[in-house]
Amino acid sequence: MQSDVFLKLRRSAAVLLFAAATACALAVADPAAAQQSMAGSEKIWESLRGDVVGDRPILVDTGLIRIEAPKRAQDAALVPVDIYIDPARAAGIKAVTMVIDVNPAPVAATFQFGKDAGVTHLSTRVRVNDYSFLRVIAETESGELHMSQTFVKASGGCSAPAAKNSKEALAAMGQMKLRQFVPAADEVMTTSQELQLMIRHPNNSGLQRDPITQYFIPAHFVQNLKISQGDRLILAMEGGISISEDPNFRFDFAAHGTEDIRVEAADTDGKVFTDQWPFDPTGS
Amino acid sequence: MGADPTRRGIVTGVGAMSGIALSGAFSRRVRAATKVEFALRVIADGVFAFQGVDELMHPENRGAICNLGVVVGPEAVAVIDSGGSLVEGQALVDAIAAVTARPVRYLINTHVHPDHIFGNAAFRPLGPTIVGHRNLPAALEARGDYYLRSYREQLGDELMQGIEIMPPTLLVEDMLELDLGGRTLRLKAWDAAHTDNDLTILDPASGTLFAGDLVFLGHLPTLDGSLLGWLRQMDALAGIEAVRVVPGHGPAPTGWPDALDPERRYFEVLAADVRKAIRDGAPLAKAVRTAGRSEAANWTLFDDYNERNATVAYAELEWE
Repeated sequence: MQSDVFLKLRRSAAVLLFAAATACALAVADPAAAQQSMAGSEKIWESLRGDVVGDRPILVDTGLIRIEAPKRAQDAALVPVDIYIDPARAAGIKAVTMVIDVNPAPVAATFQFGKDAGVTHLSTRVRVNDYSFLRVIAETESGELHMSQTFVKASGGCSAPAAKNSKEALAAMGQMKLRQFVPAADEVMTTSQELQLMIRHPNNSGLQRDPITQYFIPAHFVQNLKISQGDRLILAMEGGISISEDPNFRFDFAAHGTEDIRVEAADTDGKVFTDQWPFDPTGS
Repeated sequence: MGADPTRRGIVTGVGAMSGIALSGAFSRRVRAATKVEFALRVIADGVFAFQGVDELMHPENRGAICNLGVVVGPEAVAVIDSGGSLVEGQALVDAIAAVTARPVRYLINTHVHPDHIFGNAAFRPLGPTIVGHRNLPAALEARGDYYLRSYREQLGDELMQGIEIMPPTLLVEDMLELDLGGRTLRLKAWDAAHTDNDLTILDPASGTLFAGDLVFLGHLPTLDGSLLGWLRQMDALAGIEAVRVVPGHGPAPTGWPDALDPERRYFEVLAADVRKAIRDGAPLAKAVRTAGRSEAANWTLFDDYNERNATVAYAELEWE
């Protein structure tokens, strides 16, 4: 079921886990490196680039895809990110990869959209470990790569584990919530529907220890996510630990008929969470 | 122990935080050595408090931004929080020695945040039992190393020297009484609010409540636990039988329970604004720019913390 792109990126992610662990260690060892900012992030990206896209040329800021995030993160473990896709060219996009240069696993997520899904805007929330560029790279059907980037000042989003009410978080794992919106006419140019999917999951980084045993708690996160209307794919994601606790996705899409919205999510423990909701064209 | 706290106030137990001249590659600029007064004031019979400044932690203030407390019993002493640096912790140790020769039996950490616990190592030679919330060890384990790394940039290498994460050895499951030899402190472990490891300490003999960061005055409250949990427990907090409170930040002491009014109002405004934004479909990034803004004039450090509070509140309230 996995496409070539997914398989390739899965391999890349494994390589990158190691590469970036080194980068993080360097940043910690030298306080001055924490202020390296743009040049440092760029340098890390240059070393990752080959693993993510090979030696293929990247077109930058073509307008096909655009990423937005706050210049300074309020909560580094919860940084809102918006990805915008040119509606005229959305159908020609094969996959979108999000990269956060300085994170332990820089490939934050890869998204695929259904052929006629009409997704032109996707928001999610990510962890950002240090001053870093956030990048999105769209691969088109014709094999072009289009990139957009934005710089975020953040600190410790990955290494500061969530200790906010940890008990409650575990108890509710796998619970999902779907919100359906009809966007205001002045905010978007289409009349498409907007959905927000929320999943309760700790999305552990694997960087924290059990206080009793002192062993590292294995990384535990939502790895695959598929959102469909009936059998039509809207959006699929392969994700990692850079996606914030309680993964949250908000996106527009072109509805087809009135079939249910269905979600299937699988985490690294092999747990599968599914849910479905009646499609509500009036928003709710 | 005298009966008139105001008369004995400032003169008692003035220590000093010795200044540090920073030099070398890591300092952004050389600072002149300075003396920062560390005033441990009598606020009730046998009860002392240090009031921190309403600032972020930085080298000039030695990390001394939160309030600290001391209760002197007939046999022994309990200390509430140790400050934001070893320098501050040592100033507290010295100030205690200036007011009593009784041993420090307990060092109570009200929660995990660095401004309250970075001074712990200064107490090691005194050998007190460190007391904390049942969730404090896990929170320290999860965040301790990260705090030691990330605060180095903010406080500087010199001030970070000797700072250690020292976990509690006596845990408060729900309620715990600590005996200072005929003077008993009542500790309570709260459900997630400011953090998921908040403790309060009541000294019934004087009617003094040490609220840790469950109470903020002046300094904008910061949210690192649960907004709903904080609001839900507000009435139980207000029900504590005390006449004065030493808040985690802000004027120490302040009358109780009136001291709760400003933060309760802020949280209610913040929750109402965030709920409305969620109802209206405003995304997080947009909602946090306006939520709670009407409270801006009422607090210090508002711009440093409000959007972060709103971010945490939004992520919590959208599950309602």
